[in-house]
Amino acid sequence: MLGFVLFSFTPIVRSLYLSFTSWDILQPAKWVGIENYRVLLGSEELWRVMRNTAEYIVLYVPLLLAASLAIASLLNRDFRGVGVYKVLFFLPVLSSWVAGSLIWRWILNHKYGIVNVFLGYIGIKGPAWLDNKYWAMPGVVMASVWKDAGFSALIFLGALRGINHEYYEAAAMDGARPWDQFRHITLPLVSPTTFFVAVTSLINSFQVFTQVAVMTEAGPAGATQVMVERIYKYAFQFFKMGYASAMSWLLFIIILVFTLIQWRLQKRWVHYDG
Amino acid sequence: MHNRRLALAFVCVALVVLCALPVFAAKKVTITYGNFSAGSDNEPTLNAMKAAFEKANPDIEIKLQNTGFGEYFRLLQTQVAGGTAPDCYELNYENFVAFAAKNALADLGPLAKAAEVSFDGFDDNALDAFSYNGKQFGVPGSYSVVLLLYNKDLFDKAKVAYPNDKWTWKDITEAGKKIRALGDDTFGIIQTVQFWEFYKQIAQNGGSLFNANRTKFTVNSPENVETLQYMVDKIIKYNIEPTQAQKSNQGEWDLFATGKAGMLVTGNWAFTFMKEKAKFRWDVAVEPGNKQKACHFFSNGYVINKASKKQQEAMKWITWLSSSQESSLLRVKAGWETPPVSDKAVIEAYVAQRPPENRKAVFESLKYLVTPPVIEQFNEMSQIVDIQLQKARDGEKTPKQALDDAQKELEQKIKL
Repeated sequence: MLGFVLFSFTPIVRSLYLSFTSWDILQPAKWVGIENYRVLLGSEELWRVMRNTAEYIVLYVPLLLAASLAIASLLNRDFRGVGVYKVLFFLPVLSSWVAGSLIWRWILNHKYGIVNVFLGYIGIKGPAWLDNKYWAMPGVVMASVWKDAGFSALIFLGALRGINHEYYEAAAMDGARPWDQFRHITLPLVSPTTFFVAVTSLINSFQVFTQVAVMTEAGPAGATQVMVERIYKYAFQFFKMGYASAMSWLLFIIILVFTLIQWRLQKRWVHYDG
Repeated sequence: MHNRRLALAFVCVALVVLCALPVFAAKKVTITYGNFSAGSDNEPTLNAMKAAFEKANPDIEIKLQNTGFGEYFRLLQTQVAGGTAPDCYELNYENFVAFAAKNALADLGPLAKAAEVSFDGFDDNALDAFSYNGKQFGVPGSYSVVLLLYNKDLFDKAKVAYPNDKWTWKDITEAGKKIRALGDDTFGIIQTVQFWEFYKQIAQNGGSLFNANRTKFTVNSPENVETLQYMVDKIIKYNIEPTQAQKSNQGEWDLFATGKAGMLVTGNWAFTFMKEKAKFRWDVAVEPGNKQKACHFFSNGYVINKASKKQQEAMKWITWLSSSQESSLLRVKAGWETPPVSDKAVIEAYVAQRPPENRKAVFESLKYLVTPPVIEQFNEMSQIVDIQLQKARDGEKTPKQALDDAQKELEQKIKL
């Protein structure tokens, strides 16, 4: 409890206070009222950053869900060496983001990267991923999915293991093909897990930072600038702690709103009874 | 009996206290020194400097706080805000102005008098860089300049004369075209399109970021548009300089060191790297200008924390570190940038090292130096400009459009 008050509650309250001040860290904070929020909401930059963040989310969340459910379905079968594959898929989760980002810079390299080499085999000239304003964000998303899919797959795997086999047997007797079984049995029964992964990955993607900082340095020309990266820059490079605090609070409110919306919508598609 | 014991105990205590007194009297003053430029390469040199200083000043002990450049300023700001900043620390020039303006530094003028140290012996330009509003808030620790490095082998192969003092932008472009013609993977020049290059090259063209008394931005002036056009043409129109895609994540130094570029505009801090990596003949020249010459001058300085209680000792250390012959020669020997002193022996020791042959160009460049256009919101300003420069570089906007947009955003966000 003391730990919570000291290290969580106090900083939260303090950052709320700071968001109404102008504070350059080195001199005492000055109260400026809602000025930070007024400037923030009126700035073109905010909308650019929001667009970039939205692009990330729209690509990342569905891809992550698809990839991790696919991996989990694969690992749910019994075959030789399944344990090794589990480890392989989970490895990126354990590795550091900085190392991962550096590897992905090579994978996505315009000339020598394996992605473009493979695209070349099938006759497609790959883009200069991270140096191209349209392809930089998809490049970052690919790396993020690679990094995070193992973890979500583990959660899905747990859910898949919990499905009673009799459903599949009954369906098979009624002539349902594997795809039908997947659509009508697996998907609805793992929907609570899908919901959980969707919510957490949404929250995570609002906070994407390291991969952007290392892979693209928020470039080219600001094309991969995202919220947390801006907060970091304003706080620690531009000496604008108050403004950065206001941005943090805005981010918090946005995440809260989106989470509530998801919560509301879950009634339509999440089935809690197996 | 009882009394005797008490007396004995008293004598013992008194003895212990008496013995301990000299220890207290000679207790060393420990000062902390925060820095980012030692890195792993130069840490042994800094340790040697510390040892030499402590030997000469037995009453002062230095505690080094080495931090990587990436983390340094965030840590330092937190320390200053929390009252735990080192007694003295290193600042690069841009941050120096921000810290001085925000009242975090001690005025070194009176301190120098009290500590009986002088500012003689510093290179004047370097010393001037660390005064703010007429007060000396820091001493220069080292400085560096930007030069034109060139690959003699490639120049010979393309049959182009080596760069000389009379060269201008036109000569760079012409030489670049001939070298580019040598092969698909060979480029004429590498000179990044970014804020630092921009403010220097506009100076070469008679331009500037602000008006003379720094009350208005002049980023989109005709001189500046012309400059950016020149920078972009090298990449897009003539392609004597690689595009981002052509660079393919290869470092600029690597491109030059592997013989893929005829010229490279970079700082004298690259000498050690090139000496090791470049397997061809190379040399340096003062960077060519257009209407006039202008060369970068970068400096890291040492400052004293305003809240420190050991300012005099800190003053002794930072002046010794930056300007004593002993520490300067250690710096030269390690090839750790250039010591900011006017001492002939030190300068001669620096110039005598090879390669490059034309090492004296480092000092010649000083005649044309431009200091960074530092303002309080420097980091924010340079980022706004950088983004627009990149858009021009990638052909997304014309130079005029990019600079118009930069001008507009700067006027909105930056207080001059």
